[in-house]
Amino acid sequence: MVITTAVALLAPLLVIVIVLLLAGGAQPAIRQFGAQFLVSSAWNPVKQQFGAEPFIYGTLVTSILALAMALPVGVGTAVFLAEPSLPRIRGTIGIGVELLAAIPSVVYGIWGLYVFAPWLLMHLSRPISERFGSVPVLAGPARQTSVLTASIVLAVMILPTLAAISREVVRAVPSGLKENSFALGATWWETIWKVILPAARPGIFGATVLAFGRALGETIAVTMLIGNRPQIQTSLFGPAYTLASVIANEFTEATGTLYPAALIELGLILMLVALVVNLIALLLVRSVAGEGATR
Amino acid sequence: MSRNNRRLLADGIARAIVYAMALLALVPLSLVLLYTVANGLPALTHLDFFIHVERPVGIPGAGVAHAIVGTAVMVGLASLMSIPVGIIGGVNLVEYGRARVASWIRLAADVLVGTPSIAIGLFVYALLVAPFKHFSGFAGSVALAVLMLPVVIRATEAAVALVPGGLREAGLALGLARWRVALQLVLPAAAPGVLTGAMLAVARAAGETAPLLFTGFGNRFFTTNPAQPMSALPLIVYHDALTPYPSLVEQAWGAALMLILLTLVVNLASRYALRRQIALAGKL
Repeated sequence: MVITTAVALLAPLLVIVIVLLLAGGAQPAIRQFGAQFLVSSAWNPVKQQFGAEPFIYGTLVTSILALAMALPVGVGTAVFLAEPSLPRIRGTIGIGVELLAAIPSVVYGIWGLYVFAPWLLMHLSRPISERFGSVPVLAGPARQTSVLTASIVLAVMILPTLAAISREVVRAVPSGLKENSFALGATWWETIWKVILPAARPGIFGATVLAFGRALGETIAVTMLIGNRPQIQTSLFGPAYTLASVIANEFTEATGTLYPAALIELGLILMLVALVVNLIALLLVRSVAGEGATR
Repeated sequence: MSRNNRRLLADGIARAIVYAMALLALVPLSLVLLYTVANGLPALTHLDFFIHVERPVGIPGAGVAHAIVGTAVMVGLASLMSIPVGIIGGVNLVEYGRARVASWIRLAADVLVGTPSIAIGLFVYALLVAPFKHFSGFAGSVALAVLMLPVVIRATEAAVALVPGGLREAGLALGLARWRVALQLVLPAAAPGVLTGAMLAVARAAGETAPLLFTGFGNRFFTTNPAQPMSALPLIVYHDALTPYPSLVEQAWGAALMLILLTLVVNLASRYALRRQIALAGKL
């Protein structure tokens, strides 16, 4: 029993050790830049200037955009999957959503790079930026690898998390509520919209936050699709950079002491944000649908 | 239009939208599968792809044998580390766990599942690469093991929780010690579910790129020695896809197709095994 408990405690221990080791590795950068690191937008390895702002910005923008796109589809899918009707179609879509989660990130990356990005540029980004380029968000020149490309693929990647957990949450709504609503003469949609979704709201919010956490940390597909430029620009069709992708791209080339330490500090920021976001989300989902729902 | 007709119309439209959303979720899956198969098949039709290693661009007969072996070795080592430990941890949560402690461990495991994989890569770099100033397949496998561990713990726990209490009570009534009940009665009854969880973790680890970037690192040569840097299929996809050479890009698609096939087979097989587990639990 002592042995098995020690083994089970490995999971919480690992979380703590990861944070501590990253904090240790980031020390040179933390000492050099202090809190300034978080708000500085300078990223110039040659001049030894490092700041996290463009990466925090890129990470937040892509994650929020991805969430905005995935949320209606994810909740719609969850409502559909939680229904008892059409078992055959429901089964197929359920398997499909699970497989979507199983596809490796790097496969989304290569598909996005060679199939989706060129299509998006030809049929959406370029026509829109040429016509409405005066709006800053839609300004050109449009590129294949851009904030928009990365966000859409990211939306696909977080969809399974959203759909699967929302489904558990919707299922956890007491069936009496639904039956009462039907008995009062409400239609299917009125029952979903006015009874079930409000009852499931805290859990769906939790699923959303959890998906947001996944989006923040997604690395490889985003690295291949976002354009990798450390700048803050407002256009959807321009390049950006995220915390995870700058680490993936530059860490093996980082020389000296300050450069790798700055990258590790970016990793530490990412780790801490993901930790807090995940904790909030998990506690929310559990309070609604129990501990099994987040499995 | 009467009020009731309006309500029915709204219901019909909303129903159509919800169904459309559910179908929309399948569109990216079919597109990714379709294009990966179409672009990856040409590479897989050459035997060279499986038995040769990288060659300079322009020289025919290049392959990814080193990456296939690298993935096998690193995922294999990671499995040896994480699966036994994860199974013990998962059994512990159900069989011994005091409710409060078990709940915290579950939370930690879920947090670990959501930890950015790149952060795990940095962590193992700081732990095993920086001190020795040397990338290695072993470091890569440790990174993958950290990733697999929480998945195995949670899957084991789910399977063990499905085993009916009567089996435990029967064992205890016969005078078996608790650890023997857990190990010799409960775990075998939960085996299909536990194996399923382990296989899903293996498939997930095989597809991961980010934790390997600064641990296994990649290697152009064939090696089975985990003390050396090692290549892996996801690393091939990542590096080769970003080159301008058509032959390398074709190789990247081939490696991507292999990864997809692996995850598809494991996932579909696991559904079958899980159904057997539930049927088995019903009979006991």
